[in-house]
Amino acid sequence: MKFFTKFGQYLLMLKGMFSRPENPKMYWKEFMHQCVEIGIGSLPIVVIISLFLGAVTTVQTAYQLVSPLVPASTIGQIVRDSMILELSPTVVSIVLAGVVGSKIASELGNMRISEQIDALEIMGINTKTYLVLPKIMGALLMIPCLITLSAFLGIWGGRTAADMSNIVASDIFDIGLRSNFSPKNVWFALTKAYTFAFIVSSIPAYFGYFVSGGSLEIGRSSTTSVVVSCILILVADYALAALLL
Amino acid sequence: MIEVKSLKKSFGDKVILNDVNLVMETGKSNLIIGSSGSGKTVLLKCIIGLFTPDSGKVVFDGKSMIDVGVEEKKELRQQIGMLFQGSALFDSMTVEKNIKFPLDMFTNLTAGEKKKKVNEVLARVNMEGANKKLPSEISGGMKKRVGIARAIVLNPRYLFCDEPNSGLDPQTSLVIDRLIRDITTEYNITTVVVTHDMNSVMEIGDHIFYMYQGHKQWEGSNKEIIHSKDERLNEFIFASDFLQDAKQMRMMQEDQNKKQQINA
Repeated sequence: MKFFTKFGQYLLMLKGMFSRPENPKMYWKEFMHQCVEIGIGSLPIVVIISLFLGAVTTVQTAYQLVSPLVPASTIGQIVRDSMILELSPTVVSIVLAGVVGSKIASELGNMRISEQIDALEIMGINTKTYLVLPKIMGALLMIPCLITLSAFLGIWGGRTAADMSNIVASDIFDIGLRSNFSPKNVWFALTKAYTFAFIVSSIPAYFGYFVSGGSLEIGRSSTTSVVVSCILILVADYALAALLL
Repeated sequence: MIEVKSLKKSFGDKVILNDVNLVMETGKSNLIIGSSGSGKTVLLKCIIGLFTPDSGKVVFDGKSMIDVGVEEKKELRQQIGMLFQGSALFDSMTVEKNIKFPLDMFTNLTAGEKKKKVNEVLARVNMEGANKKLPSEISGGMKKRVGIARAIVLNPRYLFCDEPNSGLDPQTSLVIDRLIRDITTEYNITTVVVTHDMNSVMEIGDHIFYMYQGHKQWEGSNKEIIHSKDERLNEFIFASDFLQDAKQMRMMQEDQNKKQQINA
């Protein structure tokens, strides 16, 4: 019963976001601010993770491909498809659930506890539109960009690792990268990216917006939002794979 | 003028407000006092529309907050200024940006006009030169003054203050009280203050409402409160021995003055 109450509250929050802005210029400013916070703020961690994900995938794939019948260029193909289909969208989104999600939940939670949200409401501002919508829109714009960048960096990281560890030469790795490429995989990855971006932003926004109590509850709601986001990302990952592949 | 008519509010089975009727006059400081749990903060939140009452009405100069549409409610809210207990300043913004925020959101003033307006209200609360400071860099009393500046920047018709003196030393409390009183008369606004600070009651209480267990137990002015015969009110205001002694001394003094007047 509690689940349905919370789910209903979450849907009402999403519905409540769509109202006429009091001053579109201020909302645009907030949207841009969120794009910078989510996109630029998460860039360093995404770059580091992606490079190492690609590198580790290369090394581990090479370790498992011991048969002389399998051409070495296959490593490039496996790294490419692993990064595009699974590692970049899912792992990066899980990391972003921690980085971006906890920030959204604690920021809104702190604003709720310190009555800043009430202050905005009393001014006549729809706080769901002003505080929640720009975060979700910012995530929907920036997270797919981060995931696309992650796929490129992951593949580049794998190629560099292959070359540096003498696993496979770059030109052979490139042959694998170019062979049997299916554009459908990119669309699948982008579908996942948009779905995960919505989860990563809307779930923590819900937990932060409706927090009650004190500073302890802000921490709890932040942790809960990350856990719920991660679980939902994995569930959505499976559902999308089953439906679209 | 704000009229509260037959207001009721419950949370689950617990009745918080039970048939509250109040009339808050324009140009006066209307104080809502009462012990913790008496329902004064819930009453304030019902008046400003943060809580929806179970029944009853809150009427702002003829307009009911509950009955008006969304757009009209927004307009009505823009005429409300509020000072929160913890000031509720936006952490990430400087003092200037905090005060400028309502101007950015609701007016078409030029950047120069906004700056002028911000400096005007900052001067009004004696905070000149604090424009570039962050809320974390100023004291509790200064935060309250910035909160008042933000509340009055759009020239509201109604000013609400939730525990304006909490966490402040007596001297700073007095400064805030006098500021609220002066702004009320200067701007001719309806001010509603929720407090349990008896110094505030005596300093600015033009019209006082004493809340007890969710209903209005007593109302009157700061001149009347000291002579009230209401037992519950007396229990609240003379909770300390010091204040009881002060009351007795004051009454003795008044008796003496009366006798002297009769003799003269």
